[in-house]
Amino acid sequence: MATEAARGRAHVPRKRRAEEEAWWQSAPWWVGIIIAVMVAMGLKLLFDEDYDLAWSNIIPGVWITIRSTIYIFIIALVLGLLAGLGQVSNNVVARNIARAYVELVRGIPILPLIFTLALVIIPDLSAAVGAENSVPNDWRAILALALIYGAYMAEIFRGGIQSIARGQTEAGRSLGLSRRQTMRSVVMPQAARSIIPPIANDFIAILKDTSLLSVVGVLEITRRTRQYSASSFKFTEAFFTMTFIYLALVLALSTLLTFFESWMTRDRAGER
Amino acid sequence: MSMISVQGLHKTFNKTIHAVQGVDMTVEEGEVVVIVGPSGCGKSTMLRCINLLEVPTDGEVAIDGVDLMDKKTDLDLVRAEVGMVFQGFNLFPHLTVIDNVMLAQKKVRKRSKEDAEAEARRQLARVGIPEKADSYPRQLSGGQQQRVAIARSLAMGPKVMLFDEPTSALDPEMIKEVLDVMLELANDGMTMVVVTHEMGFARAAADRVVFMDEGRIVETGTPEQIFSNPQEDRTKLFLSQIL
Repeated sequence: MATEAARGRAHVPRKRRAEEEAWWQSAPWWVGIIIAVMVAMGLKLLFDEDYDLAWSNIIPGVWITIRSTIYIFIIALVLGLLAGLGQVSNNVVARNIARAYVELVRGIPILPLIFTLALVIIPDLSAAVGAENSVPNDWRAILALALIYGAYMAEIFRGGIQSIARGQTEAGRSLGLSRRQTMRSVVMPQAARSIIPPIANDFIAILKDTSLLSVVGVLEITRRTRQYSASSFKFTEAFFTMTFIYLALVLALSTLLTFFESWMTRDRAGER
Repeated sequence: MSMISVQGLHKTFNKTIHAVQGVDMTVEEGEVVVIVGPSGCGKSTMLRCINLLEVPTDGEVAIDGVDLMDKKTDLDLVRAEVGMVFQGFNLFPHLTVIDNVMLAQKKVRKRSKEDAEAEARRQLARVGIPEKADSYPRQLSGGQQQRVAIARSLAMGPKVMLFDEPTSALDPEMIKEVLDVMLELANDGMTMVVVTHEMGFARAAADRVVFMDEGRIVETGTPEQIFSNPQEDRTKLFLSQIL
């Protein structure tokens, strides 16, 4: 103290206190960064002829990507629900088939599994039931990825269902509701809260993973990009255009899903 | 014919834990039976065997003459006639109070929305909280939630009501409001089996008190006999510890 006073400095107590963040610390700069990247790419596409050429070669794949995403999501959702319910079923056969399906798929990387399903298992199966070559190539690929994501979603459904306390089922059954009625009216509506966010997440993951379908010849965005870049040697233009399109699609879908989620949870202030 | 008949009931968990070891019990129509005993004595398991929420390992269970152990018996039909109130209330948190009370009426009893709602409001008034119809369960106190759970069971028009430690999860000041509802129900002539630690309730409402220990019935009698003049040493020891 004495030395401080001697130096002409007042003693400032070092007191701990909560500090409000300044506006520039809490501002969402990342949105600005993403918008800047998107705008830069957009300008390139508008004013650079090489980019414009890449764009017009790749863009027909967008519709195939979107269509595949929707088909895969819907099929995977149904498979996931069935396999998820199967895993919590009392039926020994259903439970073991569902469990085997989920564990098999989860034990194999996506890319090798797409090859195996789309090029071997699905064609062989259709041949075995006497309908050789009945599944077109695009659909073999779509079914392959749907089977894979079905298993991932099964785990989401199972987890959601099992997160609901046993007492809820007991209360339903003790009122005379059947197993099915209890599942539909008591367990599922509550499980939906924890199921919807990860399912939405998988929707976006499916959109991105449709790029893997390029390896079995589906003419989606990635496949068209590789074809165009290989024939024109405009790798930079082609790959930047491709990433721009994917980013735009993913941002659009995730915005859509955010709205959907808040709509699903609207007007339930009193609910847990 | 007895309303509830339990004969030679055994329940074993994981082949090793013998929770109920040969219980015989009958409950007549309009009778109120209170089951007491130390923790882990099998009284809750026994109660849960009455509506087959736990399937007995061995023995006979019949309600109003219907054999529940017969595989041909539709348990859902029987359970609609047997109300059950849980320690943890188990209200459906995603539904409002009125919807909680209406759900099973519509799905099981196939009542119209109007009929179910009228009955629900009648039962909510009976348990003293008609004004909470549009609240969600979590907005209610524990005592209110338990009264809704009772109304939810009563709305089905049950022949029997089972209570599994209905006040054990409640704050002390809320126990009375639930016991009052149960007392009124007993006075209205409902057939009731109640597992509880509330000896005051047993004295006031019970026609018969059953003392259980280690999965068996040790002693049965009127509240007067059990509380004032117990015969078995085990009963005396238990009562000396809690009274």
